[in-house]
Amino acid sequence: MRTIETLLQDVPIFQGMSDEALELVSGCASNVHFDDGETLFREGDEANVFYVVRHGRVALDMFVPARGAVTIETVDPGEVIGWSWLFPPYRWHFDAKALGVVRATVFDAACLRDKCAKDTAFGYDLMGRFTQVLIERLQWTRLRLLDVYGNGR
Amino acid sequence: MDTPRTAVIAPEALEALIGALRDRGYRVLGPKLGEGAIVYDDLESAEELPVGWTDRQDAATYRLERRDDEARFGYAVGPHSWKQFLFPPHVLLWRARRENGGFEVEEPAADDRPLALIGVRSCELHGIAIQDRVFLGGTYADRDYEARRRDAFVVAVNCFEVGGTCFCVSMGTGPKTEHGYDLALTEILAREHRFLVEVGSERGAEVLAGLPAREATTTDVEDARSVLAGAAGRMGRSLDPTDLRGLLAGALEHPRWDDVAERCLACTNCTLVCPTCFCSSVEDVTDLAGGEAERHRSWDSCFSVDHSYIHGGSIRPSGRSRYRQWLTHKFGTWHDQFGTSGCVGCGRCITWCPAAIDVTEELAALRTGEED
Amino acid sequence: MATVAELPGTSFAPMTARPFRVVRRRRETSDTWTLELEPVAGPPLDVGPGQFTMLYAFGIGEVPISVSGEAGGPLIHTVRAVGAVSRAICAARPGTVLGVRGPFGNTWPVAAASGSDVVIVAGGIGLAPLRPAVYHLLAHRESYGEVAVLYGSRTPRDLLYTRELERWRGRFDLQVDVTVDRALEGWRGKVGVVPKLIAGARFDADAAVALVCGPEIMMRFAGEALLEHGVPAKRIHVSMERDMKCGLGYCGHCQLGTTLICRDGPVYRWDEIRPLMEVREL
Repeated sequence: MRTIETLLQDVPIFQGMSDEALELVSGCASNVHFDDGETLFREGDEANVFYVVRHGRVALDMFVPARGAVTIETVDPGEVIGWSWLFPPYRWHFDAKALGVVRATVFDAACLRDKCAKDTAFGYDLMGRFTQVLIERLQWTRLRLLDVYGNGR
Repeated sequence: MDTPRTAVIAPEALEALIGALRDRGYRVLGPKLGEGAIVYDDLESAEELPVGWTDRQDAATYRLERRDDEARFGYAVGPHSWKQFLFPPHVLLWRARRENGGFEVEEPAADDRPLALIGVRSCELHGIAIQDRVFLGGTYADRDYEARRRDAFVVAVNCFEVGGTCFCVSMGTGPKTEHGYDLALTEILAREHRFLVEVGSERGAEVLAGLPAREATTTDVEDARSVLAGAAGRMGRSLDPTDLRGLLAGALEHPRWDDVAERCLACTNCTLVCPTCFCSSVEDVTDLAGGEAERHRSWDSCFSVDHSYIHGGSIRPSGRSRYRQWLTHKFGTWHDQFGTSGCVGCGRCITWCPAAIDVTEELAALRTGEED
Repeated sequence: MATVAELPGTSFAPMTARPFRVVRRRRETSDTWTLELEPVAGPPLDVGPGQFTMLYAFGIGEVPISVSGEAGGPLIHTVRAVGAVSRAICAARPGTVLGVRGPFGNTWPVAAASGSDVVIVAGGIGLAPLRPAVYHLLAHRESYGEVAVLYGSRTPRDLLYTRELERWRGRFDLQVDVTVDRALEGWRGKVGVVPKLIAGARFDADAAVALVCGPEIMMRFAGEALLEHGVPAKRIHVSMERDMKCGLGYCGHCQLGTTLICRDGPVYRWDEIRPLMEVREL
């Protein structure tokens, strides 16, 4: 059975991280399992973790009055869920639900924040990696905002 | 190539020339006075030529003036170019009638009479050659253009009276006609008013043979040569044509475009008078009962907002982008698309622009100063 | 190439519409229909993948529409009803006679891609001009490495060719991944933009050819994503679109800077077309 550290090597956000850094990260990580339909977290909950999906698909939903739960994005294996753990007030901004069986690695936010504070070089590197993911997600979201498949009216 | 065969005719012989062409079944077209300018129209006789008239041209300026001689071609070019006959402003392409559950198409019969063009300048010959490449040089020939062009008889004229906006020398398109004509005339006013005729084709020679003409002497040839040299030295405008393609490709965000956009009215005059502009639009119409349909083709201009309309909006909504499109196409991307420049230096766009925009000035400005 | 004064198989001038009868009509989405056409008389068209025809609705007008059927098969067009002409074409029931001119334009480089992995990236109605390329790849499956079809639309109800997509997904030698910009209730598939699918596809970027079609912005994002993934710019191909009145290279409407899209395109290499796409209002 592979260690979390080995598994993390394949995850894009951690690609190229040094062995020492990966050790730091995996020290805050553990594996977790969700059944179909199980909620990972809800909007407003305390965001004291983040996830990397290893198998399955997670739907990120927002609840809109009169519309119900609207899926705004899905997250597939290799991708990260969550950056609300980075800065106060550490609250989730959307719901997350498992679409089918999901296996993920969950990271303890307080544990990682602590390590970032103690080892600023490690912290800077980790922030950089998360920022890159955020930027990419923002660009994709902007593309969807343009509603390019609309008929131009 | 051999020295073209030459002869000399008197001005009066032009009547016989026009008659000879009409007798051969040509629709004779040439310059005459009309609407305050020298325009191209059907010619019945040589008396309709603008005898003793000249034009004073400058940016946004065109005035007719009387000469103190009887020159037949003592002017530069007017608002018309020959494209209005070879590539008419409005053409019915075909008709269709609903029949048997589908429709039957009928292509209109072409006007049988071939065209004879009298008074074609060197810049205009180049302009015709440029449109030949557009309409006949691709995979599909424009059948309508081809029909009109195929048998067109060309009587060219070497310029001696150069216009205030002419810059054919800069563009390498004149003032001397090189080829593309059946007959070329050089009007000589010195000593005795006469024309040196150069033969450019067999049928040109055949028509000349029926005219009252005499052999050309060395004096005739010398007089003609000095007429042309004088013309080349009196160009109203000039521009540096060096690598305009590269210049314009690298100047797409030059601040000059904002400058000219403030002046340009997008009135489309320049595209109307330009001998090489070829954009067209197609209109499909039907009668009220929906039983008969027609397809029409008409001149279009890249200055209109509709020109670049594609579901949802226009690619070029701003005047700035449309002026840029026209100028960069004419002098730059025409090379990429058709292998030559699109401009022949006739100066019409300068003369007929109501805002007095001068392409030679604009190009000079684009050459200087870096993009900010 | 020799200049001709009529379209192949006809004696009419190239601007004259040839009557074609609608044989089959199927609704794909709320505003998109697929029509199958056959010539009323004369030979069928010989169309390469990526080419288009000028489709004419009697008395109303003509629009350029990509061909979305397989080479050598019946003439098939998928049309979106966005204006008077396309609406009339979409409303044409079997038996109606439309006009066709063409085919025009160049083709997707499917033959040249032989031996490579091929990634198809389609957005919205962009799958229609790419479908003939997919047909070609499947008909010559042994000549290609990995083949992936990455497709996305606005919502699950706007996906084209859903039955075919399912059939393609059922194959063991083809990757198919679908996403939507916006989910509807009951959708358990991916929600996100098409370029996002690229990272999840299995192919060797060094040995891949990418064929991309969709709204221009989507193609720009997809092209950038493919580049970032390591696909060389010379091996990314897009299909460009502009207003067209003739399809023959002389109405001047489809100009994009140095190129005439009806004549030099609509398929272009990324490295050639990207600089032109970057200039606003070109």
